[in-house]
Amino acid sequence: MRAAVKLVIEEVIPVATAITISGLVKDFGPRSRALDALNLQVRTGEVHGFLGPNGAGKTTTIRVLLGMLRADAGRVSVLGGDPWRDAVALHRRLAYVPGEVNLWPNLTGGEAIDLLGDLRGGLDADRREALLERFQLDPTKKIRAYSKGNRQKVALVAAFSSDVELYLLDEPTSGLDPLMESVFQDVVQELRAAGRSILLSSHILSEVEALCDRVTIIRAGRAAESGTFDELRHLTRTSVVVDTAVPPTSVARWRGVHDARVHDSHAEFSVDPGELNNVLEHLVGLQVRSMITSPPTLEELFKRHYGEDTVPARGSGAEVVTSR
Amino acid sequence: MNGFAGTGRLVRLALWRDRLVIPAWVLGMGAFLVATTAMFQEQYARHPALLEPDTRIVVENPGMRVLGLVTGPHVGGYTLHRDALVLAVLAAMMSVLAVVRHTRQAEELGREEMLRAGAVGRYSSLMAAVIVALAANLVLAALLGLGMVVAGQPVAGSVIAGASIASVGIAFTGVAAVTAQLSSTARGATGLSSAALGLAFLLAALGNMLGTVDSAALRVTSAWPAWLSPIGWGQQMRPFADNLWWPLGLSLPATTVLFGMSVVLAGRRDVGRGLLPERRGAPHATPALSSPIGLVRRQQRAVLLGWAIGLLGFGLVFGALSAQIEGLEGEATEWYAAFGGDAGLLGAYWASMMQIAGMAVAVYVVTLLLRLHHDEAQGMLESVLGTAVSRLRWLGAYAVNALVGATLLILVFATAMGVTGGQALGGTVSLLRDLFGAALVQLPAIGTLGAAVVVLITALPRWSVGLSWALTVFTIFAGPMFGPSLDLPTWLLDLSPFTHVPNAPAEAVGVGPILGLGLTCALLAVAGMSLLRRRNLTLPA
Repeated sequence: MRAAVKLVIEEVIPVATAITISGLVKDFGPRSRALDALNLQVRTGEVHGFLGPNGAGKTTTIRVLLGMLRADAGRVSVLGGDPWRDAVALHRRLAYVPGEVNLWPNLTGGEAIDLLGDLRGGLDADRREALLERFQLDPTKKIRAYSKGNRQKVALVAAFSSDVELYLLDEPTSGLDPLMESVFQDVVQELRAAGRSILLSSHILSEVEALCDRVTIIRAGRAAESGTFDELRHLTRTSVVVDTAVPPTSVARWRGVHDARVHDSHAEFSVDPGELNNVLEHLVGLQVRSMITSPPTLEELFKRHYGEDTVPARGSGAEVVTSR
Repeated sequence: MNGFAGTGRLVRLALWRDRLVIPAWVLGMGAFLVATTAMFQEQYARHPALLEPDTRIVVENPGMRVLGLVTGPHVGGYTLHRDALVLAVLAAMMSVLAVVRHTRQAEELGREEMLRAGAVGRYSSLMAAVIVALAANLVLAALLGLGMVVAGQPVAGSVIAGASIASVGIAFTGVAAVTAQLSSTARGATGLSSAALGLAFLLAALGNMLGTVDSAALRVTSAWPAWLSPIGWGQQMRPFADNLWWPLGLSLPATTVLFGMSVVLAGRRDVGRGLLPERRGAPHATPALSSPIGLVRRQQRAVLLGWAIGLLGFGLVFGALSAQIEGLEGEATEWYAAFGGDAGLLGAYWASMMQIAGMAVAVYVVTLLLRLHHDEAQGMLESVLGTAVSRLRWLGAYAVNALVGATLLILVFATAMGVTGGQALGGTVSLLRDLFGAALVQLPAIGTLGAAVVVLITALPRWSVGLSWALTVFTIFAGPMFGPSLDLPTWLLDLSPFTHVPNAPAEAVGVGPILGLGLTCALLAVAGMSLLRRRNLTLPA
């Protein structure tokens, strides 16, 4: 069934970047800085994950990209245009799903989808039908009768029914069930295959890992990290669990070792990415009996970047590493 | 009594949330009554001989009886003829808004769900809302009574006066308790209550107009329709003359019955749902909906229809009264003469009615334009501006709907008045033509108030609702209906756009005021547009 309603999306000719933000500052009042010299780059044709703890400035950033908030400093370019000045022209070429979907309670879902599509400059009727079927959304119900998840689907169908160059998705799946989550992922993959650019703000790590080519992590209004997952992993410590014949009493003093816990001949610690080889040389001398090393899980990766009190891995917290 | 568990705590919550709103309503109404009472007290202390003939004017003239009853020559009673209806409507709206805020609005916003997940009964929020509204009305009754005493009126009449106005607020507490169960939205519940209020006014006005005047021309015995209306019941307490308590025996039981009904209804429905059926709708948007203008029209159509029906009713009644106006003589003519110089009483009557309708339509326009702020604050605007719609196009959609709606409403009123007026007097066609002209000259003033509201919404979004209503009330009070009799300074009267509306059809329409109002409207509109283009949107977090 799914194959029958697959979306037909035409190829677009790529330009270099879909979104470029450099040094973006946004203040709400004199002592309330929401964005503090933020840098972000979304390349054309990529799915870019936008991550960060609550209140870090993700939604503010997206609203600046939509020209709803005005940048106080810095340069912002969306599809080659200025989002404040060229808002309307740009909005014909992009679609937006807000994190909190507030629509008109007395319209039906179908009416809201058509309305938003028409206001954007038209939607593809076949795609609309296909998406309604895939997301299993009844378009005859009034918005006020929909659950949170179904309201979210209305916004998703409205956005995906338009064939545009850029999709701005602000926590688009926060109310979806796992089946709908996988439909969402399929649709995003199809859009990526067709060369569309997507900025995806999300807290669902598995979704981000499955979909995103690159991610930017934002904290307190600044980009804390940016790159592919592999690149991010390389910046983060590996955890090591080891048993040795000679008790590893000196582990904590080795270069690059953190959080070491030693018990008799057993040691658990984490190692900075650049120091792994050095640590191995030490371990060989202690006659290793068994050893497990594990790369940081996504969870650890994010916790490290989100948490304020944890020791930052090398390279993070420093200025942003955007273009690679 | 588990259904009422937690009511006490919810009353405290409601009182805390309303700690500024309700005192503002009550104190504002009290200050208004004290100021006007003191003014008339002083005026008639200087010219005591005028009180009796002035009273005859408002007793004899059916058009003046629309505003209320006066019984016998008394300063307090005469003051209430000017104030009582306005105060009764305000008391009713204060009560309706309070009840809806703590019941249906809480449900619509999902707060009721949070509350009811606690050890809170099914009827507790309803009960708490009613208790708070009743308490507000009791305070209002005491304060209004005290105010009239302070302004030099006898105690017995003052206490009855306060009670008669608060009794309308109490009755509409019951009405709102019921409408909050019927409609699934706060807007709908408020709209239904407002419709009931309009009906109550129409019945009271009709009963008084059709009533009989005694031989001294100092007392009206109302016809039966007045006895069907809570506003009528309040008026029948006849403060400063008969000082009757027993009409409360109509309004208090009615309120109790309405509250009982609301509890029964609340027990039969689900949280968040209304009793009016929730229908399915169209799977596709019609082309008429698919534009900002169409969207606003769709959101507004039920409200517009309600207003059109209301103005149609008033127009028919006021038109039919034309014949009686023509038969008026003596002092009763003076009030209307102010609207039309020497051009004849009928023209002046039509001019005054048309201006009153113009102010009513202006209130409609303000309610519509305040949805601009509602869209922005509730987050719907985020979805619209996320598409290829500019801010100015969104604003323009509201402006077009406001203009078309206002024109439609004022023409409905003019048509209705022309039809029944023509029937009574003959010459329907020429009367319609005159009244259409008189209707259209109201638009520049309405537009000016509307544009000022837009400036408030764009300049001070967070405060725009309160400021817009304050501005609307000010322009109406400083306008021709109340302004001159309130002894306000001329420059203050001149600030109201309604002061500058030509007295058509009684007098020829000068180009000056129309151009002046049109220009002011345009300047304000441009200011609103440029402010909107510059500022950040105040979207929900």
